[in-house]
Amino acid sequence: MPLSEILLAVLWLGVTAYVLFGGADFGGGVWDLLAGGAERGSRQRALVEHSIGPVWEANHVWLIFVIVLAWTGVPSVFAAVSSTLYIPLTLAALGIIARGAAFAFRKASTELWQRRLFGAAFAFSSLVTPFFLGTVAGAIASGRVPPGIAAGDLVAGWLNPTSLVSGALAVGTAAYLAAVYLTRDAQRAGEPGLVSAFRRRALASGVVVGALSVAGLAVLRADAPRLFAELTSGAALAFLVLSVGSGVVSLGLLAWTRAYLVVRVSAALAVAGLLWGWGAAQYPRLLPGVTLREAAATDAVLGAALGALAVGAVLLVPSLLWLYTMFQRADG
Amino acid sequence: MDPHAIAAVHEADLGAARMQMALSLGWHIIVACLGVGMPAITLIAEWRGHRTGDPHVRLLARRWAKAMGVLFAVGAVSGTILSFEMGLLWPGLMSTYGEVIGLPFALEGIAFFIEAIFLGVYLYAWDRLPPVAHMLSGIPIVVAGVASAFFVVTANAWMQQPTGFDTEGGRIVAVDPWAAMFNPATPPQTVHMILAAFMVAGFTMAGVYAVAMLRGRRERYHRLGFLIPFTVAAMVTPVQIGVGDWAAHFVAENQPAKLAAMEGVFATERGVPLHLGGVALDGELRYSLEIPNGLSLLAHWDPGAEITGLEEFPEADRPPVNVVHWAFQIMVGLGFALLALAVWLAAAWWRRRDLPRSPWFLRAAALSGVAAVVALEAGWVVTEVGRQPWIVYGVMRTSEAVNPAPGLVYGFAGVSAVYAVLTVATVYVLRRLAREKPVPVAPQERDVTDYGVV
Ligand code: HDD
Ligand code: HEM
Ligand code: HEM
Repeated sequence: MPLSEILLAVLWLGVTAYVLFGGADFGGGVWDLLAGGAERGSRQRALVEHSIGPVWEANHVWLIFVIVLAWTGVPSVFAAVSSTLYIPLTLAALGIIARGAAFAFRKASTELWQRRLFGAAFAFSSLVTPFFLGTVAGAIASGRVPPGIAAGDLVAGWLNPTSLVSGALAVGTAAYLAAVYLTRDAQRAGEPGLVSAFRRRALASGVVVGALSVAGLAVLRADAPRLFAELTSGAALAFLVLSVGSGVVSLGLLAWTRAYLVVRVSAALAVAGLLWGWGAAQYPRLLPGVTLREAAATDAVLGAALGALAVGAVLLVPSLLWLYTMFQRADG
Repeated sequence: MDPHAIAAVHEADLGAARMQMALSLGWHIIVACLGVGMPAITLIAEWRGHRTGDPHVRLLARRWAKAMGVLFAVGAVSGTILSFEMGLLWPGLMSTYGEVIGLPFALEGIAFFIEAIFLGVYLYAWDRLPPVAHMLSGIPIVVAGVASAFFVVTANAWMQQPTGFDTEGGRIVAVDPWAAMFNPATPPQTVHMILAAFMVAGFTMAGVYAVAMLRGRRERYHRLGFLIPFTVAAMVTPVQIGVGDWAAHFVAENQPAKLAAMEGVFATERGVPLHLGGVALDGELRYSLEIPNGLSLLAHWDPGAEITGLEEFPEADRPPVNVVHWAFQIMVGLGFALLALAVWLAAAWWRRRDLPRSPWFLRAAALSGVAAVVALEAGWVVTEVGRQPWIVYGVMRTSEAVNPAPGLVYGFAGVSAVYAVLTVATVYVLRRLAREKPVPVAPQERDVTDYGVV
């Protein structure tokens, strides 16, 4: 496989990891927002905080990984996307600051008013950040980012039907993944009350995400017929079928069993299927009229970056597994 | 709109983009320095506490770890904004040269992962791991922190000395990413930066305890809290001044316009004096104190050496003189002031194995952290403003790199507001942490949840 294809695959793995891990951290914030008054919601908030605390920084690095690989591997595409979509990207960036900082500040504060204030900032930015990132995905998917610097429409680029649906879908999947993961965390922590609370949320948000995906397909059909045609054929269709299948299985497992660990996997597959379906549908076009080959950096750069990442992976994969398993083991 | 109005709007947006970049970099770099220096200093304390069983040092290590949790979080988010901004503000740079500086950033990404992973372990598994294993889990944080500072500064060094690529008609045709990363500016700049990080972290941490001691809290806990970080920073300071001299020689050889701006030299001459202070007005430096032949001697080790003046460069290629000149003076002045402080402590320690008696020592030490931060910012102003009008020295102008989309001014306003709030909140939370009741010395798992290290 040529280096540019490998790079794109690695980049897309990074996006997937960010959505599955970082996305769930955002979702945790969404549930924090919806947890209710300070008294009533405190147990749910504690679970969210406990689950996210040790891992969110590592999960967040996936985003940086994606950005850096994008500018290294397909520099002109990176420049086109970030210049045309600078408004939603700036808003997402501000949301990221508010969220990470407020989360850390809340952990370090003791008084109720501080915890409320920082908690509100954390929760609110957990909602808006994935939304804006989702609009960016929608803009790229619907071909609204032309090649060239700031060549697209600065407002309509991301304020359009596809972007709005994908923004909502991003928030929805984040919340859904978080609810599924938290159900298992609550089970492990031996908190039956929280288990049933998050199980209900997982079911509800799962249904909402499913409905949003169907609505999204309808919007795509009207708004981006080309992508729709690609999505409903070939490899993309296979991914989509995988996604729908896993989604249905997850809902069934949630409703009728207590195999919450398995649901984690099936829910993640449902989301990943959606992402890879989009990727397969769009490949090899990155922007209108620009294919991967045209946009890719020189082989020397791709080779060096991929080589460095391969060496890095030898260090990273065991460390990441260690981190996750350490905090997933029955609390000692 | 007529072309002049468009140009004026563009000018304002360019200014806003530069200010926004400077603000977010200037902010991030402070936290990043603490992120590089603090883990090492904390590990030193943890190790001593483990060896001697001294509860005070162990308490200090805990405390510092707790502050590190907050600082890493704001470091991570403020750094993320920077990676967004590379594209949001400078798409012209990234679209052409993103691939040339991609490698160090990819390596930096790996370092960030390592840092974040082991930080999670170090902070949250303090009581799950045996002491030695716990200290070992801190070492990757130190290594990755230093490595990430190295990688990111190689990217900046490339902007000073662009090497490792060929262009044809404005398009990159060949890249040697390793040559770009190990460009000639890399050695002095990375070493100078990493040492600066240890100075900033050491003096800032020590400053907190100097203030407490000035308030009369002189027990062992505060003395050690002062001495450990201060000693680290004090040992780095003389080395840093030597490395600064290396950096200055490098600039003299490779970026003559920057050197001329640093020193306010307008006419090309031999045997040029060193200018202390002064203001550049109408093409000359006025009211400065001159040390005969000083500049020629310092820059080229030859009192008669020729120094290229700004007159040799077209008006459009000159960096702003006053900003660069004063920033350089401030950095060097503060470097020597911090050295004097370090020598003061060393002398007192050598004679009496104790801190200097004069309250002025503690007063000065209380300010040393601020001084180190100011020196750091001043140094970056020298480097970055001195490179103007180029974003990539001699290759691409800053005005060619900026995002042409209108409205960057509003983005800058929004970012400034967010950073103002972030600054207030960070300082507030850190001050609360410093004042709170001490964390227990022999913590149980329960304490980790109750005292939430992050
Ligand atoms: C604690 C901080 C600190 C201290 C005490 C000093 N510096 Fe510095 N200096 C920096 C922190 C710094 C920096 C912020 O880290 C810079 C900016 C870019 C870089 O690589 O280092 C820098 C840049 C910088 C440059 C510009 C390099 C370039 O543009 O490529 C020169 C010439 C010097 N320094 C020289 C000195 C000298 C002669 C010092 C002697 C007292 C000195 N610095 C003390
Ligand atoms: C190593 C990482 C760094 C990189 C890659 C980098 C990159 C850049 C870029 C792309 C710009 C905008 C273009 C320009 O104005 O020339 C810039 C400007 C600037 N940077 Fe840096 N920078 C780095 C470190 C820093 C740090 C740590 C500071 C701390 C204060 C800093 C201070 C500034 C300032 C003051 C400007 C504005 C200069 C002007 O417009 O006159 N830089 N930098
Ligand atoms: C000289 C300048 C810089 C130094 C020394 C530096 C160093 C560091 C360090 C040590 C960290 C991790 C520590 C912490 O989180 O507190 C960090 C975080 C980060 N930096 Fe910088 N940085 C610099 C400039 C930049 C620039 C120019 C960029 C982007 C273009 C950048 C991007 C990032 C990112 C994305 C993170 C977050 C990583 C994480 O999640 O831990 N940094 N930086």
